[in-house]
Amino acid sequence: MPVKRVDKTPMPVREPGQRAHDFEEVNAGYCFAHAMFEAERCLRCQDPVCVDGCPVRVPIAEFMHAVAANDLPKAAEILRHANPLAAICGRVCPQESQCEMNCHMTKRFGPVAIGHLERYVSDWEMAQPETDEVKEPWREEKIAIIGSGPSGLVCAGELARLGYHVTVYEALHAPGGVLRYGIPEFRLPNKILDWEIKQLERMGVEFVNNVIIGKTVTMDQLFKEYGFAAVFIGTGAGLPKFMGIPGESLNGVYSANEFLTRINLMQAFEFPRSETPLKVGKRVAVIGSGNTAMDAVRSALRLGAEHAMVVYRRSEKEMTARIEEYEHAIEEGVEMHWLTNPVEVLGEDGWVTGLKCVKMELGEPDESGRARPIPIEGSEFVFPVDNVVLSIGTRPNPLLVKSTPGLKTHSWGGLLVDERQVETSVKRVYAGGDAVTGAATVILAAGAGKRAAEAIHHDIQTEAA
Amino acid sequence: MVQIIEKRQLTPITSLYRVDAPLIAKAARAGQFVIVRVREGGERIPLTITEYDRETGLLTIVVQEVGATTRRLGELGVGDHILDMVGPLGEAPEIPSGGHIVGVGGGFGSAALLCLMKELRERGEKTTVIIGAREKSLLILADELAEVTDNLEICTDDGSAGFKGFVTERLQQMIDGSPPGYPDFVISIGPMPMMRAVEKTTAAARVPCTASLDPLMVDGTGMCGGCRVTVGGEVKFACVDGPFFDAHTVDFDEAVARSKMYVKEEQKAADCQRSAHEEEAA
Repeated sequence: MPVKRVDKTPMPVREPGQRAHDFEEVNAGYCFAHAMFEAERCLRCQDPVCVDGCPVRVPIAEFMHAVAANDLPKAAEILRHANPLAAICGRVCPQESQCEMNCHMTKRFGPVAIGHLERYVSDWEMAQPETDEVKEPWREEKIAIIGSGPSGLVCAGELARLGYHVTVYEALHAPGGVLRYGIPEFRLPNKILDWEIKQLERMGVEFVNNVIIGKTVTMDQLFKEYGFAAVFIGTGAGLPKFMGIPGESLNGVYSANEFLTRINLMQAFEFPRSETPLKVGKRVAVIGSGNTAMDAVRSALRLGAEHAMVVYRRSEKEMTARIEEYEHAIEEGVEMHWLTNPVEVLGEDGWVTGLKCVKMELGEPDESGRARPIPIEGSEFVFPVDNVVLSIGTRPNPLLVKSTPGLKTHSWGGLLVDERQVETSVKRVYAGGDAVTGAATVILAAGAGKRAAEAIHHDIQTEAA
Repeated sequence: MVQIIEKRQLTPITSLYRVDAPLIAKAARAGQFVIVRVREGGERIPLTITEYDRETGLLTIVVQEVGATTRRLGELGVGDHILDMVGPLGEAPEIPSGGHIVGVGGGFGSAALLCLMKELRERGEKTTVIIGAREKSLLILADELAEVTDNLEICTDDGSAGFKGFVTERLQQMIDGSPPGYPDFVISIGPMPMMRAVEKTTAAARVPCTASLDPLMVDGTGMCGGCRVTVGGEVKFACVDGPFFDAHTVDFDEAVARSKMYVKEEQKAADCQRSAHEEEAA
């Protein structure tokens, strides 16, 4: 069929000139014709290696068949069974380094747009009329989930499907974790997240906001007073790292976490109607090159920055952001400064005025396997800036560990888990996602949540038998 | 949602609320705080715990109306609900046993002292509380504090009650030997200029002093880093490492500068709130 031998159908996007000034979604989504055409490009491989690239092992070939046959209810069912967060993953997964990287079409024509189709089918599903029917758990055991980010949501969904009473505890006033406070609405609208959470509620999952396990209620209380049979920790990696360079506490310097939380969770872009402020000047430098850095720098543009810059000590090649976010950032006018390392934040009267940097060159590979950036002597210069946003990574929050005796971690803060990669050093306490691995992707966290749910089910049933 | 069970006006702009928050009341320790959000679209603001009752599940907070959120809180009465409340946050301070412990409270800092002094009383410590305000009518919780401390010293700028002068002047007198005697440890809670002055006074006499910092915060769990303060040359997060820090090692210049980050925006939010009110009234 000739239709297979063409390039990947591009995602329709809103014009950069328009979208760079608001927080509406950038990607417009495939239309019916796009979706049918793209699904036809799938080669129907005997051995679909794309699945091996998917942390939750969505049966992609069957999914493609269903889409190509325009059997969207079936396609949606296949997706949802494998991935309770399909509408989100279709938007934020780095497909280019997962399923689509393995696609046999990748080399010559570009991969089948698995991610775009995942989104198409999820959007179709969201548009269907729904009932208010709530499924009742049929098993006796109660499971507590700590944290409502991707790993917690998926673990909750899987356990609810298996019939358990599931309660998800969230420290903030709204569920979603990093999906709520971290990823901006132009990439993941809150209404998509709200819909996914509603689906979980319809499956019988209970959400409790404003409770910090380790502070409001201890782990011990969860078992002894509340009678939970097992606990899953999905507390993520929410603690921002700072560089430790002079001037980081000047006004106008933010961690990417704070910058994005003010925008996404607290809706600072509607200030003063929404009461949480954010100071964004004309020139904003974001340090780092991951998805969070791209989210922050593009948010800065949308909040009126005339020069929104990414400053990164390595080169474009070592950048860790999804390619789509990077391309969108460039289209929107973000300035990229590679091989540039900040050494000091300069200020006047307590406020940021500049970012002093040094030029770098690449040397031999370092322990991460990437070329080591080396400062070029005498190359210091200053960017005049009003804001500096640090997006150089996060680590797991020690709050729960500090208050839970016996809960062991690596020296860098990640929770230690057993050979199944799910159970912690405390019996019946499981963990997954960034709290175990350090900052990673939504889909890896989802995969971990799913694995933990299976293990919890297995352990409870084995003990009962 | 947290229901307001009791409300008492302490000064024209300060109110005490008893709210039904059993989980927080059960876990709370003196010196910890909560974060509240009053309405959809509202800010998250930290408030110190004034009292807790594990039996009844009631938590007491004192709110001074200084910005949009606290004014909105001020409009709430008995039976109304506060949209979100989370806690207890932060760590309880470590206060050494033995010796003469002096709590210094400025303005509505007295409210935060109450809980701590009560706990010290239960521990059997010898304590003094110095509270200060511009004038008599702005003093809060004097009777309650008098019940939980050995000596209550009241200071007013205009002399309308107690000692005429600043809390630091009274503290200095005690350091110099005036009754109720030399302070072995000072707890300082109040506006930044007061805490800074208390730090200076105690530093000169080499008296250990802990100060309760209340920088700007968003989440209160260590996630945003907005509340960072430099203590002993190290960056600390007041929400999880504090709110109490060794006052002699706090970088107050930086803390003061950071506390002024959104002065203009706070005004704007208050104006916006006022005009919304006027529209409603019209």
